Amino acid sequence: MSIRNTAVLGDIMQVWYAIVDLLPFSWAEPGQGLFFKNALLAVLLIAPLFGLLSTMIVNTKMAFFSESLGHGAFTGMVVGTLAGFTEPLWGAVVFSIIFALLVTVTRAKARLSSDTIIGVYSAVSIALGLVLATRGTGLSKLNSLLVGDLMSVRPAELLWAALLLLGVVVYWLIAANKLVTISLHRSIAMSRGIRPVLSELIFSVVVAISVTVAIRWVGMLVINALLILPAAAARNLTGSMGRFTLASVLLALICGIGGCIGAYYIGCAASALIVLCLGGCFGLTMLARVRS
Amino acid sequence: MRVNLHGTNACGVACCTKIEHVSVSAGMEMILDDVSLHMHCGETTALIGPNGAGKSTLMRAILGELPHSGDIRFTNAHTTVPIRPVIGYVPQTPRFDPQYPATVCDLFLACTSRYPVWLPCGKKRREWVREGLRMVDVDYTIDRRVGVLSGGELQRVLLALALNPQPQLLLLDEPSSGVDVHGLSMFYETVERVKESADLSVLLISHDPDLVCKYADRVVLINRRVVKSGTPDEVLTSAEYKALLG
Repeated sequence: MSIRNTAVLGDIMQVWYAIVDLLPFSWAEPGQGLFFKNALLAVLLIAPLFGLLSTMIVNTKMAFFSESLGHGAFTGMVVGTLAGFTEPLWGAVVFSIIFALLVTVTRAKARLSSDTIIGVYSAVSIALGLVLATRGTGLSKLNSLLVGDLMSVRPAELLWAALLLLGVVVYWLIAANKLVTISLHRSIAMSRGIRPVLSELIFSVVVAISVTVAIRWVGMLVINALLILPAAAARNLTGSMGRFTLASVLLALICGIGGCIGAYYIGCAASALIVLCLGGCFGLTMLARVRS
Repeated sequence: MRVNLHGTNACGVACCTKIEHVSVSAGMEMILDDVSLHMHCGETTALIGPNGAGKSTLMRAILGELPHSGDIRFTNAHTTVPIRPVIGYVPQTPRFDPQYPATVCDLFLACTSRYPVWLPCGKKRREWVREGLRMVDVDYTIDRRVGVLSGGELQRVLLALALNPQPQLLLLDEPSSGVDVHGLSMFYETVERVKESADLSVLLISHDPDLVCKYADRVVLINRRVVKSGTPDEVLTSAEYKALLG
């Protein structure tokens, strides 16, 4: 990154720190706990992103498929690191995209059940990642990819998260209608000129990129929960697309911030606590639905 | 109003859809073999035949869902240059997930508009959707979840969708399955009304001979290929019909 860009980024981060420092918490002391303030900003950026993607993953019943994308992203990061890129993220994103395309195309063409194909890809990709990761280089890097380390976020990485959020919002403005129509009735979608396979392919690639960018912070073991739980909980509360999307994004944000702050005090993996919060919300919304 | 444009030289005055020598195969098996059909606007053509005869397959081929050999051409009333028709399609009443978080308004907008369905709708847009639904007397369902509609209501909502934008060819796939009698007559009355006010050919698949007699102008009996075609009386009393469908 050029010196000028670094300076601009530094300025933006100073503005963010100044905002956080206004809060009356122990972690909001000026000049301290920058790692936590970075983590908080990361959550604010990726939570709405996952809240959005979650809506269509749940509506199109893609939970198992998105799990496999997490595995692909994990292996992509391992490959990217081993290939010696200064920024392994590039290699990881390319690998994840290829992986997502392979799974989607195989599902569309092969005569085996979708379940089986996804299972095969899922298992093979993670096995490949584990073999490469444990061979010689040891297990230290492995941990952060599996469990995630939100507190290790660097400001430069936040820039990618912000760009990703912007990209996903623009994509959602353009593509959401098609995805909704396809998930409701494939034939009607085709009769209206929508090409389901192409739309699903693009959606898979967007999810793959998002998962890859976030995997170092959230960890492969729980990242799929971020793609399922917000919308699963929101579904129990709402009956229209507008309210459903808003609820999913809000739940992701609230549990994201709550989990991050909770992890600061408890001293545990932030991503896992975020998922526990989401799980709790899901339980509450289920109760609310059953009661009404 | 019964219409019979067949046999007259209607191609110059009414728009028409020509399905010529269409064949569809799956691997080694021939599902449709050299099917030809000629439909004029203002006509309702019923496709009948036993299960597995290829009726839905023909519809899917017209929609472009299935690869096929042969030609499907549409010409306007006053030209002979074939164009790609606007096709409205009403599938067999699907089972929507009762929990799916989309209202009828959401479904309508998602299918017909580029405006993102997850953003607030706005009064003008909502009125437009209501107008579209009012055409088929289901405007009261606008805020209901799609999964809780009755078969008849859903059928009419899907018809409202198929009529938006105004199609030149309307495909109805077994509109009677899962729908009550009252809902069905409302449905067909709407189709007749729309047919009278616009250049529209209707192709419908049906297993119900009474329905076919009542609403179709022409009937085509198919069993992988066209076995018999003509007026409902001609086809339903023919030997071929009795042999295939008893």
